[in-house]
Amino acid sequence: MSEELSFTLDGRRVPFQDGQTIMTAALAAGFYIPHLCFNPEFTPHGSCRVCLVKINGRMQASCTTPAAAGQTVLSEIEEVREMRRGILQMLFVEGNHVCPACEKSGACQLQAVAYYAGMLAPHYTHFYPRRPVDASHPDALIDFNRCILCELCVRASRDVDGKNVFAVQGRGIKAHLVVNTPSGKLGATDFNITDKAAQVCPTGTILRKHSGYEIPIGQRLYDRKPINVVGDVAALAVSKGGRRHD
Amino acid sequence: MQDFADLVFEGMTVCGRVIGARQGFVYLRGEYRYLVDALKATLQSRREAGLLGEAILGDPSFSFDIDLHIGAGAYVCGEESALIESLEGKHGVPRIRPPFPTTHGYLNKPTVVNNVETFASAAKIAVQGGEWFASRGTAESKGTKLLSLSGDCERPGIYEYPFGVTVRQVLEDCGARDAQGIQMAGPAGHMISAKLFDRRICFEDLATGGSFMVFDHRRDILDGIRNFAHFFVHESCGFCTPCRVGTSLLRDLVDKVHTGHGTRADLEEMRKLGQIMRVGSHCGLGQTAPNPVLDSLDQFPEAYERRLRSTAFEPAFDMNAALEQARWLTGRTDPAAYLDEEALVGAMP
Ligand code: SF4
Ligand code: SF4
Ligand code: FES
Repeated sequence: MSEELSFTLDGRRVPFQDGQTIMTAALAAGFYIPHLCFNPEFTPHGSCRVCLVKINGRMQASCTTPAAAGQTVLSEIEEVREMRRGILQMLFVEGNHVCPACEKSGACQLQAVAYYAGMLAPHYTHFYPRRPVDASHPDALIDFNRCILCELCVRASRDVDGKNVFAVQGRGIKAHLVVNTPSGKLGATDFNITDKAAQVCPTGTILRKHSGYEIPIGQRLYDRKPINVVGDVAALAVSKGGRRHD
Repeated sequence: MQDFADLVFEGMTVCGRVIGARQGFVYLRGEYRYLVDALKATLQSRREAGLLGEAILGDPSFSFDIDLHIGAGAYVCGEESALIESLEGKHGVPRIRPPFPTTHGYLNKPTVVNNVETFASAAKIAVQGGEWFASRGTAESKGTKLLSLSGDCERPGIYEYPFGVTVRQVLEDCGARDAQGIQMAGPAGHMISAKLFDRRICFEDLATGGSFMVFDHRRDILDGIRNFAHFFVHESCGFCTPCRVGTSLLRDLVDKVHTGHGTRADLEEMRKLGQIMRVGSHCGLGQTAPNPVLDSLDQFPEAYERRLRSTAFEPAFDMNAALEQARWLTGRTDPAAYLDEEALVGAMP
């Protein structure tokens, strides 16, 4: 048998196959690395930078860096955690995130990753952008205040649903999510609540109407257990029979 | 491109020959639109001379042509993969690398991306040989470097030097008598103070993209830094978090110090923020955007310090101004409706 390819993540051996990234290999082996714009079902995007790890001494995004034999990857060291917290804090102050008033609280990846990373406060000065809510669609609501520009909905709508409902417009800090219609309203599109794009938002931006708080806050997915245990890593790790890192 | 476009096209053609390419592009920033007619004329005369197009110099196995592409002037399109995206008609957002342009570039084909200076040198090397080129410069940096000198000097312009020339020599030649600092290689480059003027320009010492912005002693360095900080807010493409948000946060901190509201804690914050941008950003723009601030904090600490307040901390917003609406609503104008700011700040932990 040929020698198995592997690298180490915080000292633990992670096997991988050619073509895998640090992120996909780690998840497949049951090891969690925080991520937001990465979703195992989509090609990596590399924009949120929450998945930064130290690879052979250099900080790099684990979702876009190909795994290579013998790499030394460090994720849970203070230097990386501090960087990660800083980036999460940036995401929080860029939008308007009022967790106690958000339907997604407890099931929100942004919130769950922030808890996991030990972020206690937003630290930076809030931008308080003005972003109107779009309630024009009969079954879905978009609260742009919570958008982190991960473009998962953009990718899902374009690549899975074949509809191209969403896009990002503007540059720099003015970059923002738009709905691809002249009116900019979701109600004017063929968006459907069963679309993939309606299921992928890691925050409380794209919400389902008519069914709020079915599971009470406090009993939701990430309320019960941290994201490194119950997030997408769990689904994958179980299917591969891998170990979880907690 | 104004004076030596033909040489650049020659270099591109040499490159096309070496790598077996049929198509080259000149990506021209929108600001240089005025060059278009002249460049097109140069290309046309090369075609007529049999130096571009089908069967160059009669060799049926060698066909190569060059098109002009005009960008909209986004700074990030200087990053090679963003440039290629823009060339393909998309948003100028840097790609994930690897794969690199050498294997997956324009339309996912192998692509060489170089600046005009490199192509011009390649053309000269093709004619005069590597020995000739290597006869100038230093051990590790062969040849010459074009420097674009601007700012507080008597003779601004483009100068060509062998690698290894000292900063001081360059300053003397362009008549910069009173320089206190230089921003090298543009806003994303490095800011150096007089302490470093004896360093040499070459890869093994002070590497530079080529631009030299001279600040003399009449200038307030922080004015310049503030401009750069605002520049990057404008030029960030907005794709990744550290650059999209970090550039704005950094600008606000620089503004806070610039207007005399900064404290020592803010300087520390700038360093931390700059570090996150430097190591966390997706492309070179975000990675280098904090350079002017980080460099000047080290090289010109006094530019910041003389503006600091003596308190350890000051809020990022003006409390009195924040109360304006409440005063207006309640119709109060009496002195007690205004906060004593000094007392307030003193009471902060
Ligand atoms: S709406 Fe949600 S999925 Fe779409 S870009 Fe914003 S955060 Fe990402
Ligand atoms: S570093 Fe800045 S310019 Fe580069 S991808 Fe990120 S946001 Fe865009
Ligand atoms: S998860 Fe890797 S950059 Fe977002």
